[in-house]
Amino acid sequence: MHGIVKRFPGVIANAGVDFDLLPGEVHALLGENGAGKTTLMNVLYGLYRPDAGEIWLRGRRVAFSSPREAIGQGLGMVHQHFMLVKPFTVAENIVLGQRSPREPLAHDMRQTHRYLRSLSGQYGLAIDPAAPVWTLSVGEQQRVEILKALYRGAEVLILDEPTAVLTPQEVDDLLAILRRLAGEGKAIVFISHKLGEVLGVSDRITVLRDGKVVETLPAQAADEHGLARRMVGREVLLRVSKGPAQPGEVRLAVQNLSAVNDRGLPALRGVSLEVRTGEILGIAGVAGNGQTELEEVITGLRRATSGTVTICGHTATNRSPTAIGALGLAHIPSDRYAMGMLRYFTIAENLVLQRVGQAPFTQRGWLRKDIIRQEAQRLTAAFDVRTPSVENPARTLSGGNAQKMILARELARQPKVLLAAQPTRGLDVSAIEYVHRTLIAQRDSGVAILLISTELDEILALSDRIAVMYEGQIVGVMDGPGADIHQIGLMMAGSKRSSL
Amino acid sequence: MTQATIESLAHDARKPLPGWAAHIAAPVVGGLIGLGIGVFLIVIAGADPLAAYAVMFQGAFGGARQIQETILKTAPLLIMGLGLSVAFRARVWNIGGEGQYYMGALVGGAIGLAFPGWPSPLLIPAMLVGGAAGGLLWALIAGLMKVRRGVSEIISTLMLNYIAILFVQYMARGPLQEPGGYLPESAQLVAAARLPTFFGTRIHLGVLIALVLIPLVFALIWSTPLGFRLRAVGERASVARYAGIQVERMILFALAFSGALAGLAGIIEVSTLHTRLKGEISGGYGFSGILVALLGRMHPLGVTVAALFFAALTIGAQSMHVVYGLPDALANAIQAIVVLSVLAVDALAHRR
Repeated sequence: MHGIVKRFPGVIANAGVDFDLLPGEVHALLGENGAGKTTLMNVLYGLYRPDAGEIWLRGRRVAFSSPREAIGQGLGMVHQHFMLVKPFTVAENIVLGQRSPREPLAHDMRQTHRYLRSLSGQYGLAIDPAAPVWTLSVGEQQRVEILKALYRGAEVLILDEPTAVLTPQEVDDLLAILRRLAGEGKAIVFISHKLGEVLGVSDRITVLRDGKVVETLPAQAADEHGLARRMVGREVLLRVSKGPAQPGEVRLAVQNLSAVNDRGLPALRGVSLEVRTGEILGIAGVAGNGQTELEEVITGLRRATSGTVTICGHTATNRSPTAIGALGLAHIPSDRYAMGMLRYFTIAENLVLQRVGQAPFTQRGWLRKDIIRQEAQRLTAAFDVRTPSVENPARTLSGGNAQKMILARELARQPKVLLAAQPTRGLDVSAIEYVHRTLIAQRDSGVAILLISTELDEILALSDRIAVMYEGQIVGVMDGPGADIHQIGLMMAGSKRSSL
Repeated sequence: MTQATIESLAHDARKPLPGWAAHIAAPVVGGLIGLGIGVFLIVIAGADPLAAYAVMFQGAFGGARQIQETILKTAPLLIMGLGLSVAFRARVWNIGGEGQYYMGALVGGAIGLAFPGWPSPLLIPAMLVGGAAGGLLWALIAGLMKVRRGVSEIISTLMLNYIAILFVQYMARGPLQEPGGYLPESAQLVAAARLPTFFGTRIHLGVLIALVLIPLVFALIWSTPLGFRLRAVGERASVARYAGIQVERMILFALAFSGALAGLAGIIEVSTLHTRLKGEISGGYGFSGILVALLGRMHPLGVTVAALFFAALTIGAQSMHVVYGLPDALANAIQAIVVLSVLAVDALAHRR
């Protein structure tokens, strides 16, 4: 790819990017959110048409106008969200939409199974073509996507943030498979912002920043700090330093809590935990093991079927979000857009979301827009929310600034307990650093923090104690400093339980 | 109108406006395109399009009497459109304005018939409050079904329309029929039950109420915590719930408010225009009101312009029919084409 330029209204996503890929190599594409990684690959895959630049494939200039053409030329892409029909088997998913060689008759499934089994064995994918997809783990489903690309004759595989959804063990398996694919001569693009993985699996690394290539370098010549500096353009602390915790009295106590999910199935099965003032309790776990339900029950958005939640000595079980907030709980929600902010409301309105009906923001029944604006200006300055005006709609904020806005709003309530759920999801390195620093500062000022995160690195970096959640239960609690990542990984996968 | 169409129109309305020029220009261009298409229809009907349109314009604005007529037609549309704007901002799709209008007319009208001896300063407020209450309670049925049982308000309010209209027709030929009368109508309201008019014209108290409601609705939406909460529910109910807003209460309020204004429009029309209860007292205001609210982008000023536009179009089309002898259906068709064109160009102009 040569001199690729792609503009969107108001932004240049790719500003003259050069990128080359050799057979038999894993080439990592590293960069912060918005650096242009995904745009570049979507250009290659025929989803976008570049405004300038050339794409050459095996010595021929190409210009794909659709993914179908790209697939025909031996490209395959594994998206972050899998494109699989759950009730169908692996083999049915893979031949879905493909012409049968026996048209108009359907595929000979026995022959397809045989071929897929040999393909799966060749690359160590360990996938049974006859298994229905819904019975497979997330890691296995991802391997089905890889198998699908291989079945369609992919020589070039693009993986977009493939490790975001995996447990540490599954990550290891995936990286081994990628090495094996490269060993068989496939060319692999590995998109990521996780430095450790990139260093572990790649032959070469291309760092993108603001739509431009900062550098392409061999993996042997790279280290984490150098890569982070190239990504962000300045020195960053990959792990925020923190002193030992000074835990005091219990502020949040959850006892024997049970709840059902939206489908009426048990999601929490007797969860008990305590968070003390001045400490961070981190809840680790693979997404979908009851973390969202725990977050919602504690904050009053979902009913507990049994058990209790106590905040600062007061019962909070099944009370309204407003009442629970009044007890001293602030909440950074896991889903920023479905819970945390109103995209078409102004930044100022978002910053007073829960307090809007109280004095001084409402006086004698009327909104005091001047006072709301002043408060918003104070908060955006204090929390470094970058915006030309607090009267702009919140959707104009970048992910990092939007999260800072939510942090500002929640901390402005001067909470005694802070529930931070996925507080850095989708944020770039510098915003993550900011959020982590803020959480530790809150801890040090005496707030009790319950951190729910599927990012194990984040749990390890911040937690004073770590609880692992699996299938709606806490399967183990350990001290944060010196915790064994391997042991946590096994607990997250449900294969090991330690006594509480 | 499907939920998808309504939602997409409403979604467009939440986008920031691309400057006042596009805001004004789009409806004007749309209206001209609509009239342009109408030219073909008039030619096919064998008339001179320019002359027909001149009659149409004169019918709506050609003199003091015509302007009066247009204003009188605007008032009920405006009142209903303002109420529905508030509901739609909360994403509560009240399609039942027609039924709420009828129930308001019935309750208010029944009060007027029941107490003919009351002095006007007592009777008229009682009728107006009764009308608003009738519409409010009728809308609240749909609200409770939605909040308690999750029944879509689109379906329930639509169905309640038929029940309300048929119920009023039954009352007009049954219990409320004029004693000794033959027609399915109630007795005429006494003079004290008619809204006062001003300056020797037919402009009545209802027009004044509509005008007062414009700034009130504006203030409700933008300057009160209640309006803030309604808008928050409309933008994303899950966020509103997170913020501690009682979403169900807001849904009930949205239906109650829009229902009350629809009922108010109903009793105003009965008191001034029809002067009695009968089977047909609306002329489709409940449905035109929805278009007025959406066309006006759920903004009180926009709704005012849209109501005036709609009223002028209706009056103009009528005079084209009466004066120029063009078929009634043709006038209606042109009206519909103009509205569609305005909506289409407006949607295009606001697309990103």
